[in-house]
Amino acid sequence: MTPALLWTVVALPAVVGALLCLVGRRADRMAPAVAVGTAAAGLALAIVAAVLRPEAESRFLPGLPFGLAVDPLAAVVLPAVAAVTLLVLVFSAADVEDGRARFTGLMLLFAAAVAVTVTATTLTTLLFAWEVMGATSYALVGFSWRDRDKVGAGTTAFLTTRTADLGLYLAAGAALAGGGGLALADLPAAAGPWRDVVAAGVLVAALGKAAQLPFSFWLSRAMEGPSPVSALLHSAAMVAMGGYLLLRTAPLLESTGWAGPVTAWAGVLTALTLGAVAIAQSDLKQLLAASTAAQLGFVVLAAGVGSVSGGAAHLVAHAATKAALFLAAGAWLSALGTKQLTALPGAARRWPVVGACAAVGLLTLAGIPPLSLWATKDDVLAVAREQSVALYVAGLAAAGMSAAYAAKALWQLLRPIPPDADAGYDTEEVGNRRIRTPQVAPVVVLAAGAAVLGLLVWPPAGTELRAALGESGAPRPPLLDLVLSATVALAVVAAVARVDLPEPRWAARWLGLGILTDRLVTRPVLRLAELLARFDDRVLDRAVLSTGRAALAPARALARFDDRMLDGAVGGLSAGTLRAARGAAVADTAGVDGAAEGVAAVTRRLGGLARRTQTGQLHQYYVLATLVLGAGLALLLLTG
Amino acid sequence: MTVLSLIVFLPLAAAAVLALVRLPDGAARWAWLALTVADLVLVGVAVAAYETPPDGGLALEQRARWIPSVGSSYHVGVDGLSLPLVVLTAVLFAACAVYALREQRRPRAQAALFLFLQSTCLGLFVAQDLILFFLFFDLSIVGMYFAIAGWGHGDRARSALKFFLYTFLGSLALLVGFIGLYLAADPHTFDIPELVAAAPLQDSPVTGGWVLAALLLGLAVKTPTVPFHTWLPPAHTDAPAIGSAILAGVLLKMGTYGFVRIAMPVLPDAWQDWAWVLITIGVVSALYGALVALAQTDLKRMIAYTSVNHMGYVVLAVGAAGLVGSGETARELAVTGAVTQMVSHGLTTGALFLLAGVLHQRRGSYAMDEYGGLAAPAPRFAALFAVGAFASLGLPAFSGFIAEFQVFTGSIGATPVAAVALLGILLTAALFLRAVQRLLTGRTTGLSVGFPDLHLRETVAAGGLLALSLLVGIVPWPLLDLIAPAAESVVDLVSR
Repeated sequence: MTPALLWTVVALPAVVGALLCLVGRRADRMAPAVAVGTAAAGLALAIVAAVLRPEAESRFLPGLPFGLAVDPLAAVVLPAVAAVTLLVLVFSAADVEDGRARFTGLMLLFAAAVAVTVTATTLTTLLFAWEVMGATSYALVGFSWRDRDKVGAGTTAFLTTRTADLGLYLAAGAALAGGGGLALADLPAAAGPWRDVVAAGVLVAALGKAAQLPFSFWLSRAMEGPSPVSALLHSAAMVAMGGYLLLRTAPLLESTGWAGPVTAWAGVLTALTLGAVAIAQSDLKQLLAASTAAQLGFVVLAAGVGSVSGGAAHLVAHAATKAALFLAAGAWLSALGTKQLTALPGAARRWPVVGACAAVGLLTLAGIPPLSLWATKDDVLAVAREQSVALYVAGLAAAGMSAAYAAKALWQLLRPIPPDADAGYDTEEVGNRRIRTPQVAPVVVLAAGAAVLGLLVWPPAGTELRAALGESGAPRPPLLDLVLSATVALAVVAAVARVDLPEPRWAARWLGLGILTDRLVTRPVLRLAELLARFDDRVLDRAVLSTGRAALAPARALARFDDRMLDGAVGGLSAGTLRAARGAAVADTAGVDGAAEGVAAVTRRLGGLARRTQTGQLHQYYVLATLVLGAGLALLLLTG
Repeated sequence: MTVLSLIVFLPLAAAAVLALVRLPDGAARWAWLALTVADLVLVGVAVAAYETPPDGGLALEQRARWIPSVGSSYHVGVDGLSLPLVVLTAVLFAACAVYALREQRRPRAQAALFLFLQSTCLGLFVAQDLILFFLFFDLSIVGMYFAIAGWGHGDRARSALKFFLYTFLGSLALLVGFIGLYLAADPHTFDIPELVAAAPLQDSPVTGGWVLAALLLGLAVKTPTVPFHTWLPPAHTDAPAIGSAILAGVLLKMGTYGFVRIAMPVLPDAWQDWAWVLITIGVVSALYGALVALAQTDLKRMIAYTSVNHMGYVVLAVGAAGLVGSGETARELAVTGAVTQMVSHGLTTGALFLLAGVLHQRRGSYAMDEYGGLAAPAPRFAALFAVGAFASLGLPAFSGFIAEFQVFTGSIGATPVAAVALLGILLTAALFLRAVQRLLTGRTTGLSVGFPDLHLRETVAAGGLLALSLLVGIVPWPLLDLIAPAAESVVDLVSR
């Protein structure tokens, strides 16, 4: 019964999503209801699965099964993702107008891929879902296909993450060569240098998906997609899955010796730099995106230092927080036609419920107690400090950055509505000046989650989670640390109210990573492609033609020799065989050829053409053929 | 007559009847479809009757006297390497018959020609005798020549002739190799299983090397691999849609099939010696094909070059299989992946070529920049093309992933150098997404304005192929159960 449960968790959204996409426009009317119903069922099933912990396995490739299982880690993340999916779909029902069937269908397909990613037990299964996530994200970011820029944003996201995904292909090959098998749990058992290759491959793939350095820029462009897409993909699911993969493979990272620290530093440096990037943003969604990369940095740090429980708690709490904020930003964008922070003063006052929720979300991001991220982040940092004080200090500085960018957005939104507010509206799209209840309700639920999900690190839930993950002995943050981080957060939030934050160009443009990639990778590759294409046409193709022509001259001479002298001499079995085969071929061809009258007409015309332009070439060609054959025979007789 | 012979010769007999009897056009088109479906049913019967033969033998075998003087017989049979390709061939020809249900240009002759072509393709995959193999190999070239020259467009006469000369010359190299094998075997024979069992030239590395070189040259031209691929783009560009689908879907496989059926098991020593050459050719073809495809502005040329890329993976995998020092599991996986790739490429590229044909049929152009925003007037076309593009770039849930994952995992497991070819899947992703972006998205401009969407027959033909790709992508094990044991025995044979 339980394998069936797990298969249903995965297959239900996949099948319904595929059907919605397949039926298309005719299903637009009913699509939101069907999708919300499916997602609700999906959430219920996910909760049951989290309790029952089912496992399922099916045949897939030779020796490489398709395995799924809900372990303690998946039991935390699976219901969380399912809940965010449901809430985002409820929001979309009121927010997305065009192509609803396609939109909801793709969202459900995406949700199915995430469910497989979360529960995957082998590299094969993981890679399968991992790439489907990427493809659905492409289709969702580029959902408004009439706008080529948006499709281009999807392309950037897909290509960047797929570049990183190559790491998983490499890891699979290395795992096979290393002899440890492709089960995720067996990866640390791979032999010698292969294990390092596996770890490196997994790490690169995860960093790409989690928009960590140096891959972060794709997330910036992905903000061109619809807000509900960002709320699901760029908070709770796809980006978070990068962090999740590292949490799941933490034992592998640790086993290599070097991968753990590298991961930890990659995470903390991303948290720091992308924090700075977030501070410099003037567009609310861009700020939130940079913040996502930065917050995922803490999850990556957690994986690097082996704090799986802390990382999982941070991942889930951040998912709720960021989804709430993206939905709020999306609601304002639909209502006011802008997501520019300079145009949004007073937005929180105009719609107080959404405003209050956004405030809760931003305060959570800032790390204000007792909200969730304050506690979860400190949980991670406590383990980090055990390993390296430098990591801890960098992490604390990154937390300060979070407080700064969160406060920047918070104070802007909380300001009184300026008298000339209307002038700033409708710059990006035409707003409808209303936010409906189905849009508000999910934001409220998510904000509540953002506030309380810190419970995942406190007793009793935290104790249980740590026990389930075998981390009961992990260091907990001392009271002093908790107070210290809270003080830093409060001080920064208060300071930002008075000081204008700098917006340096390097940070505002996401460190120039996108431009750099364009100049150093995309353009050279395209240039190389063009050069090779020209080489193909002008050199390779012509070389073949001229070789053919050059071969004809001696062939002509030899032909005479051949006709008069050799032909009679070349006897033996092989030539007989050749002639038999050729004879059969010619007879057969001629038979069909003569019979098919239509074909015959063409042949005649072609014959005419060939006579005019290629006099004798076929004949000469056959001579050449005979020559090659003769040479080959001579060679064989001599050497054999 | 066994079911295999019936499968092979039913289309040929039908071709003769269609060529001789003056059926009206409509009847000829439907008769063609009916016959391809009948053949497909027969193939279904064969699949149902197939049981994996023990010890790498053949199933549904039949042998009859043919040319005893040279040790050649009419010997047919299937195993896990050939049966999937037989199924693929029958499916693709049926799809083409559906697609061509509205053909206006000499439909009766076209039906006869394609039925003839179908016989040659099926015959090649079941042939267990080198002369028989060669006969079908060359007849398929002749058939395709007429398909391009007779029903193509553009500079079709020239493209067809180039195709013919190039691949025919390649086939002669192949014949030299076959004769070399014949002479080396004691007693002399052209029978493939006998040659495999004898593995002549095991102890003469020089001669073995030369014979393999001849075989490889012939097969490399047909596959095609870099640098022998320049006949492919013009042939595809000027071929009719169904001609392209068959050329890419079936005819190219004759080259790669030759590797696993003949070259690897008959010349294991030489194959091991040449493994690195093959790996290099495979990697170069995969990357070069993808890069050149990336630069194309003509949709059909682009798809043609992706074939060079996709076949590069196959060559890489069969090359890696020759590295006897490395793990056997990895090499078996690579060969299974290679055969899966042959099937997968046939389905997805076949579908893409049928879809590309729609562009030419409606607007007379394959230039991607002349279109734009096709998704608005032609949503069905857009959806199928996008799905085909993702299937072709190796997205999981489609057959391409099943094939490429095995090829890469197996090849990298055998040699880390294979990892270089991974860049190929990134490049194909880039080129297909660019194509999708140029053709389907943005404002509806240029030739896209008023573009009629797919007809039912076009949707069924291309959609059916993609649906099969999806099926293989999600439930791959029925196919892999066929292939894997055969791949295992090929790896055993090549490791001798």
